[in-house]
Amino acid sequence: MTRLRTLFLAPASTLLVVLVLCPTIVVCLYSLLTRGAYGGLGPPWTAESYLRLFDPLYLKLLARSLWLAVVSTGLCLLLGFPLALFISRAGRRKQVFLLLVILPFWTSLLVRIYAWMFLLRDTGLINTLLMSLGLTSEPLPLLYNDGAVILGLVYGHLPFTVLPIYAALERLDRSVIEASADLGARPLSTLWRVILPMSMPGIQAGGLLVFIPCLGAYLIPDLMGGGKSIMIGNLIQNQFTTARDWPFGAAVSLLLMALVLPLALLMLRGKPGRLA
Amino acid sequence: MEAVLALRGVSKHFPTHCAVDNLSLEVERGKLYTLLGPSGCGKTTTLRLVAGFDQPTEGDIYLNGARINRLRPYERNISTVFQNYALFPHLSVQGNIEFGLRRKKHPDITRRVREMLDLVRLEGKESRFPAEISGGERQRVALARSLAVAPDVLLLDEPLSALDQKLRRQVRTELRSLQRSTGVTFLFVTHDQEEALSISDRVAVMHAGRLEQVGTPTDVYLKPATRFVATFVGTLNWINGAGLRPEAVRVGYSGPDEGRPCVRATVVESTFLGNRVHVEASLSTGERVVAELSRAEGPFSRGESVRLWWDPADELRFPAEAP
Repeated sequence: MTRLRTLFLAPASTLLVVLVLCPTIVVCLYSLLTRGAYGGLGPPWTAESYLRLFDPLYLKLLARSLWLAVVSTGLCLLLGFPLALFISRAGRRKQVFLLLVILPFWTSLLVRIYAWMFLLRDTGLINTLLMSLGLTSEPLPLLYNDGAVILGLVYGHLPFTVLPIYAALERLDRSVIEASADLGARPLSTLWRVILPMSMPGIQAGGLLVFIPCLGAYLIPDLMGGGKSIMIGNLIQNQFTTARDWPFGAAVSLLLMALVLPLALLMLRGKPGRLA
Repeated sequence: MEAVLALRGVSKHFPTHCAVDNLSLEVERGKLYTLLGPSGCGKTTTLRLVAGFDQPTEGDIYLNGARINRLRPYERNISTVFQNYALFPHLSVQGNIEFGLRRKKHPDITRRVREMLDLVRLEGKESRFPAEISGGERQRVALARSLAVAPDVLLLDEPLSALDQKLRRQVRTELRSLQRSTGVTFLFVTHDQEEALSISDRVAVMHAGRLEQVGTPTDVYLKPATRFVATFVGTLNWINGAGLRPEAVRVGYSGPDEGRPCVRATVVESTFLGNRVHVEASLSTGERVVAELSRAEGPFSRGESVRLWWDPADELRFPAEAP
């Protein structure tokens, strides 16, 4: 039995070791080395990069990233829950709506973000329309700010909240909702006291699935923030490319991981048995 | 006699079939009224119409004389014990019982919850969650939760079906005494005729969306109005066109006193059950007859030739239909 299990798990565990564990070890080692004069890295071993993390400039960036990720996750849940609830009650059209939720994944995120930029930039569709209608004389600053980054993050990650919440709502026993109404609860009260708490595992999973990639996002803040609204992901990218400071880039990466890991562990410690 | 709940000409059509067909019934206050029928006869649909989960296609439902067709479930003072209990898994036993009281802004929730815990003997379990208690305890939480809000009618949808056979007998007796002590009107749905006969004040036998007969358990068993009722409620033998309950059939080697109907038969099976004997015999026409005898009358051996006889007064007749 044990041998069979080992055999079956071998491909996945090999993949995880090669693609996750090894690179992580490499990053750990990088973070403790010194940058070379022309990029690359070498001895001596030092904790210099970690000390630089405490620079107020980087702490501020970290705080900003956390803030943007929290707001985006909150908005995703706020938009995703009603959508998931609607789909779970759509009867035979369920499959169609689910397909529509997944549809954006059929094209690259990059293409979709460029499409948003086409809509939002000063000479974009929305501003051109507003100005030609005489509603504004100047183009509205729709792109290259925090609002645009949040819009991009919410747009890009919304399906990740809808799907787990939908799954949780699907599992919800209809008679429990009927029991709530039967005992005198109005629809809003049933939503708040029965449906919401019972779909909490889905809400938590959806929140985590969005928060983690939002915190580490670099493509969306890079394109829609336009260098003015950058996040921690952009800092990492920057250190490995333009700045050629691999040890510091590695240190920031590990900081990001250290922030996310406790959250993931907290989720795993949840008691799913109670809701089973 | 005052009807707390009345259905007048209620029908419920679904796209593919008619689940309830022109149903009229009156439930007296403080009584245990049972809807009895095979699965798919429309009894659960009837319950859902009364609770307000579904709307009748035709007809009216009255609660305390007022028409409640258009009222939402949370606007009707009716509560339901669901077949699977439908307890709130994220709330404790106490939280489940409090739920309806909070929604209805009960003035003294603490006291009422204590009363209910006491009533269903769940003191000490109030902080447990539904997943942490036994099936029988869950059933009692469901009862307490629904009774807490003091409903005009308590609906029970096969509440014993999730329990094992042994527990079921015990719980049904408890259910009956609970109904008597609280004085709440129960509308009970079951497909189990023994359950229905043993606890009800009144039994309504349903078949294919219609009422076949309404009466006391004794009426329904001893004077079934239709052949369906006679066969569904208990076992029915057909001998020479007469319907007979197993306990009405006598078995012996010699015949009866003169003037009684009598037929010859062969014993197929004779089972000794301690206090009584169960005999299965085959008539010359090939038809099977089942008889319940007292211990003194049996047992018989397989293949023995016997005579069956009965009192003509015990014959069941269904004037409404041809035999």
